Amino acid sequence: MLEHAGSGHSAGPLGLADIFAALYFSILNIKPTEPEWADRDIMLLSNGHCVPVQYAAMAESGFFDVEELLTLRQFGSRLQGHPERERLPGLENTSGPLGSGLSQAAGYAYTLQYIDEVKHRFVYVMMGDGELDEGNIWEGAMFAGKNKLSQLVAFIDRNNIQIDGSTEDVMPLEDLRGKWESFGWHVIEIDGHNIESIIDATSQARAISNRPTVIIAHTIPGKGVDFMEYDYKWHGMPPNSEQAKVALEKLRTLDGKITHEGAGV
Amino acid sequence: MIYPLDPNLFTDDMKLDPTRAGFGRGLKAAGEANEAVVALCADLTESTQMHLFKQAFPKRFVQVGIAEQNLVTVASGMARAGKIPFASSYAAFNPGRNWEQIRTTVTLNNQPVKIIGSHAGIYTGKDGATHQMLEDIALMRVLPRMVVVVPGDAIEAEKATLAIAENGQPSYLRLAREKTPVFSLEESPFEIGKAYVLKEGNDICLMGTGTMTYRMLLAAKLLAEQGINAEVVHVPTIKPLDAETILASAKKTGRVVTAEEAQIIGGFGSAVTELLSEHLPMPVLRLGMQDRFGESGDPKELFEAFGLTGEHIAEQVKAWMEKTPQYHQ
Repeated sequence: MLEHAGSGHSAGPLGLADIFAALYFSILNIKPTEPEWADRDIMLLSNGHCVPVQYAAMAESGFFDVEELLTLRQFGSRLQGHPERERLPGLENTSGPLGSGLSQAAGYAYTLQYIDEVKHRFVYVMMGDGELDEGNIWEGAMFAGKNKLSQLVAFIDRNNIQIDGSTEDVMPLEDLRGKWESFGWHVIEIDGHNIESIIDATSQARAISNRPTVIIAHTIPGKGVDFMEYDYKWHGMPPNSEQAKVALEKLRTLDGKITHEGAGV
Repeated sequence: MIYPLDPNLFTDDMKLDPTRAGFGRGLKAAGEANEAVVALCADLTESTQMHLFKQAFPKRFVQVGIAEQNLVTVASGMARAGKIPFASSYAAFNPGRNWEQIRTTVTLNNQPVKIIGSHAGIYTGKDGATHQMLEDIALMRVLPRMVVVVPGDAIEAEKATLAIAENGQPSYLRLAREKTPVFSLEESPFEIGKAYVLKEGNDICLMGTGTMTYRMLLAAKLLAEQGINAEVVHVPTIKPLDAETILASAKKTGRVVTAEEAQIIGGFGSAVTELLSEHLPMPVLRLGMQDRFGESGDPKELFEAFGLTGEHIAEQVKAWMEKTPQYHQ
């Protein structure tokens, strides 16, 4: 997708592939063929630049044809470089400028919990760790903590990179757990590449009835592609065609351990 | 149609009421009419007159604290959940502080969030330049999909509030703090996107938005005493602009003056000038804040200092007319 688009972010989406697979194939109560289903869970993306992985998960789970993924970032495509809600059914918000997703999720969760008094729906939001530099995030965190928004489940993609370097060099975030706890949140830390942990953490989050939950998911940026892993330079860069070929080969063959005939995106 | 003006206008019995009070009454009425209406405030509930709604519908009122970015993004999320959120604060912060959130999560995201900017303009007086929001019209007007309404008085503010509650679009409502003259009546028309001819005339057209319309009416009265017959047009909706009414009055009078309690750059005067330059190029005098900030002072002193009283407007218009011939197509 990204190689075809010729621009975009590589590391973040790769690091989030396991979480998005878990969300769209297990956690979210959604109907891909009925995107506006009234009883659905809500999935908001705050770090809009990671949308390629969301598009991929949506396509694979049946929101649209997998072939359409190759139109990413092309003129006329429903798959905009950063997500635009109205262009693609199934997207719940428009994002890109960082820091605004948590508050939107909190607004939705507040409506469910206090105004409509609907208890069976949950609101999930994905944030990057770099975007925690934004003040809007902490305004939203304070609001959700005050209102004990127990139907709100936030993820932080703790991959430790942002465009200019490592998060702890650019603007230190630690003590991250302590920060969220002090804002009134229940905090769970997981290995963001362990599907079982991801699913267990969301089950636990839904069972907490007096606080919002944040799942700090430790991920490896560029996961599965050795020359991208852990390297902040891949944050905002797509692979060229040679790199893409090598990367897809590695991902599809378990780095050469199995053979795989499949072609695709 | 003749626009019905309050017969007590310019008399000692002229009614005074702040536009924000009209908003407060309108919001409560909107809440009664539609239970999807919700209200959010950033620690200025009574100042922005949301307390009436809060008392009537406590469950549908949300306090977000002094956090205007959160104010509008929470509102965006509530809109996605099917609500019609009214998000209020002072205009200096909303939309002054949170413009990008409005752009991305309200207008690009196309959610019917209502941005309520109270205490706009130089009526904010003694608080000084920081709180005298003058750039909000320009900031909101430039956003695709955004409706921009600047009501002329409290009665119209009430009607405008009810109208934006039901228009299904992102909307900005600009309000003033101080009591201002009420020139309209309950039966006066108000529709989003419409401008109204308040007084007919042939020599020049005075177009006002918001509370400046009263000052244009006063200027027209003073000009009439000097034999100048001015048409007065009230333009409460800056976007979408009522091209038909504005072009008709401009064509008839051949000279146009605009007045706003805001920066003339990018504001109401710009909107009118853009329209005229494309369809009917003619001389325009734009009155308002001339690319400068305000300062502390009693509103009366400030209107004097910035040349925006009825008397000052009449003087400036007369001087401009002497050197500016009527344009006839």
